Amino acid sequence: MRPFAYATPPDAREAVLAVAERPDATFLAGGTNLVDHLRLGVAAPGLLVDVTALTSAEIDDLSDGGLRIGAAVRNSDLAADRRVRARYPVLAEALLAGASGQLRNMATTGGNPLQRTRCVYFQDVTTPCNKRAPGSGCAALGGATRNHAVLGASEHCIATHPSDMAVALAALDARVQVLGPDGEREIPFTELHTLPGDTPERDTVLEHGELITAIDVPDLPIATRSRYRKVRDRASYAFALVSVAACLDVAGGEIRDARIALGGVAHKPWRAHRAEEALRGAPATDESYRAAAAAELADARPQEGFDGGNAFKIPLLTGTLVSTLRALAGEETRA
Amino acid sequence: MTTTLEPRAIGRDLARRDGGAKVRGTAVYADETPVADPLFCRIVQATVARGRVTEVDTADASALDGVVAVLTTADAERLASTDDAELAVLQGTGIGFRGQIVAAVLAGTDEVAREAADLVRVTYAEEEHDARLSADRDDLYTPESVNPTYPPDTAEGDMAAAMAEAPVTLDRTYTTPMHHNNPMEPHATTALWEPREGDGGHLTLWDSTQGVHPVRQTVTQIFGLEPEQVRVICPFVGGGFGSKGTPHANVVMAALAARAVPGRPVRLALTRQQMFSLAGYRTPTIQRMQLAAERDGRLRGIAIDVVEQTSRIKEFAEQTGVPTRNMYAAPNRRTTHRLAALDVPVPSWMRAPGECPGMFGPEVAMDELATALGLDPVELRIRNEPEVAPETGKPFSSRNLVACLREGAERFGWAGRDHRPGVRLEDGWWVGTGVAASVYPTMRMPKSTATVTYDGGRYVARIGAADLGTGAWTVLPQIAADALGAPVEDVDVLIGDTDHPEASVAGGSSGTTTWGSALVEAVREFRDKYGDAPQDGDAASGSVKPNPAEEEYVMSAFGAQFAEVRVHTDTGEVRVPRLYGVFAAGRIVNPRLARSQFLGAMTMGLGMALHEQSLLDPRTGHVVNHDLAEYHVPANADVDDLQAHWIDEDDPYVNAMGSKGVGEIGIVGTAAAVANAAWHATGVRLRDLPVTLDRVLPGR
Repeated sequence: MRPFAYATPPDAREAVLAVAERPDATFLAGGTNLVDHLRLGVAAPGLLVDVTALTSAEIDDLSDGGLRIGAAVRNSDLAADRRVRARYPVLAEALLAGASGQLRNMATTGGNPLQRTRCVYFQDVTTPCNKRAPGSGCAALGGATRNHAVLGASEHCIATHPSDMAVALAALDARVQVLGPDGEREIPFTELHTLPGDTPERDTVLEHGELITAIDVPDLPIATRSRYRKVRDRASYAFALVSVAACLDVAGGEIRDARIALGGVAHKPWRAHRAEEALRGAPATDESYRAAAAAELADARPQEGFDGGNAFKIPLLTGTLVSTLRALAGEETRA
Repeated sequence: MTTTLEPRAIGRDLARRDGGAKVRGTAVYADETPVADPLFCRIVQATVARGRVTEVDTADASALDGVVAVLTTADAERLASTDDAELAVLQGTGIGFRGQIVAAVLAGTDEVAREAADLVRVTYAEEEHDARLSADRDDLYTPESVNPTYPPDTAEGDMAAAMAEAPVTLDRTYTTPMHHNNPMEPHATTALWEPREGDGGHLTLWDSTQGVHPVRQTVTQIFGLEPEQVRVICPFVGGGFGSKGTPHANVVMAALAARAVPGRPVRLALTRQQMFSLAGYRTPTIQRMQLAAERDGRLRGIAIDVVEQTSRIKEFAEQTGVPTRNMYAAPNRRTTHRLAALDVPVPSWMRAPGECPGMFGPEVAMDELATALGLDPVELRIRNEPEVAPETGKPFSSRNLVACLREGAERFGWAGRDHRPGVRLEDGWWVGTGVAASVYPTMRMPKSTATVTYDGGRYVARIGAADLGTGAWTVLPQIAADALGAPVEDVDVLIGDTDHPEASVAGGSSGTTTWGSALVEAVREFRDKYGDAPQDGDAASGSVKPNPAEEEYVMSAFGAQFAEVRVHTDTGEVRVPRLYGVFAAGRIVNPRLARSQFLGAMTMGLGMALHEQSLLDPRTGHVVNHDLAEYHVPANADVDDLQAHWIDEDDPYVNAMGSKGVGEIGIVGTAAAVANAAWHATGVRLRDLPVTLDRVLPGR
């Protein structure tokens, strides 16, 4: 753990400039992940720029019927918001499935998607890790891989993204509002996170100094019937082995539309476009759900590991997706 | 037969005496002991599993502002005794396991110490290591004894013939993984070395320990000090579960560091990650079980052959096969233990060593046998109830396993259970039930002394006992009060300090029996001397005596645990809506605290059943899931209805309180009950722990 400077600039623009001009500077918000990394030696920034008070802590209605969620909105407040619970239940459920009450009270909307992988080798500075120390190798390959990726991994990194909230936002076609040294830009949420490829040290497309100021969720009627289903090794307070965020529109036993994202399976929240495509127009049956899972998982590649590996994730994802879609279709039937 | 105390305070549902201080945060733990101007010690750990240190570059660390000293093998004090390789800290360049202490930094703040520790550069000559346990290794060996002093192997009759000739046989292998104790309070010590004119100096250790006197004994040996030169103080412990039962390398390191900076207190607290290599753990076990049975279920033979690991630098042999020796009647029997000495951290005590892992294989095997025979698993156990201890032929001082099974079956609603697996489906969950038996020996340690003083209308007893969250602060006054015939409100018992008379370790569920017996003897002396009307300042002492009844009787607590398990049909997620334990553990000294012990242990058993598993990466030799985010212990949501009950048991042989230990039996058998219930739910037999969703519904 190295000493670091701590700054509280007067506004977001100053904060962005402060980070942009120092390669070893980083933003601090809730600190629920970064403080761990300081202790573990995973991160050793020279300057922490506290942005907790510099972005909005409000959830505002957008003119298109969506919501703008300020980056400083705490996870617990977002999960409790009446509009979120009524219009985007998948988001509220994802938030409540994550971490603990204490952590949700600290964690922010801007910080949550930027949390880093929980790969045990990434978090242990005595082992090689291409994400933490580019070029050092990947200790996870052939290691303990139960929690690792089955989709989109590379020979350099097989880590998964740990956020639950981000899986829901990927399904909801959210948009990320970003402030950088050169001004503002908007990034589709599904394009925020990257696959590891040969640059696993990058988690997102954000440039150094770019700050998330808000996340917009669009008006999305399908999301009123949505669910987040998280499967993990203990019933609470654990990261997902796999998770499914799903919105389903069913009428007369036929699926009209679907939005699906998967968690715990890739370096990023995995928007399941192939599954969505397979579902549109199909009958609302287990067979269709299974076919959708098969379409999405056609390229899935399990990891071997001394702990038994993670091949179980492929049937588990199928089971979880089928279970979630069946439950959503049941809601529709009752309604 | 001892005279059992008439229970007046004993048996009362009294609140913890230390509860208020703990709730208010005023109870002081080792690392927060108020001392003037402390230094902070941070250790540097080996990053290879085998080899030797060739160079330690301390230049950058030493140059850091605030660093007072960097200790390495080159300059650390030479210890008086290095017989115990685990405790020979910084005494040589050899590396016995990854995580071994290779240097330490002392600085004025914890943050600087941590930064400096990161700056120490250690170079190794690495050698090929071996950290992979398997039953087919060709270098397995038989230890001289298993923990603490049991013979490694026992045999009676002809087990091979029983297996060849019995109408029904079972031959299966079961495994339990490596487990770590993980008390909430990490291992921590505040240490102060004070040079003193003439007497060679004095060491004070405020240490989080299960026994202040055992720590002093170890430290005096290692540093070549006299007992009066060392004081160990520990009023409160945030859990130990065996991992603080013997001092580990961190305690020696703290004392070494303190002696390097005379007059300056030093704090050393292990991080959670460091605890996974330095604070002991439970070995993984491989248990081959053989059962030979008559068609009516009576066992003709029972055998367990155990393979487990120890560290190459120090042996610890878990007594996994021992509970099988006294559990069920059978004329032909065998138990064996074989060890692999690996380049791994040193295993040690973890809650109910021996019984806890050693009742997994046998109790799942009994369930499998019941299925093969078409018998109720409760009934199968009752049919194999021995009249006397099977190996020794001695009677039990009391044995109420059958009563526990029947009471548990009644409370749980076991009657009418459909024994077929995989046939109950409710709301998308497979539902099943399972049972397993528990056993834990009733132990008395040979040494413990108490004093009783009368002062200002109150009785004050002193004994160097430990309360690791179990309730000793509260139950010892209950025992002393009944021995005195005085109201419990008028009795104090002071513990946790080597300035009090010597007491044994809080281990083997022996504390209440041992310390309580010492208190009873001290009170007897006191009353003999001063009668019922003592004067201020009157004092007497007494010590625990050997129990002659131990020669004639086998003494154990027993229990039965019943679990209901639900397995999600789509995902395989496992939940335990009900877990009931019924125990026969002699007279219960304090129902509130005993229930807390039983429930806590059952919760740990639930963790063993569903979650706990230290993943030792054989490529590096270290546990990679070394924090509580990755090493899972149960959450409230894993279980709904958790109940502990006991039957009234009168045992006149165990001690004056009529009590048996309650600390460990609650974890014994829980995992088997859950695994058996998971089988009953799904039809998938679970022979390897933990019962995870991929194992219980493979291919789902």
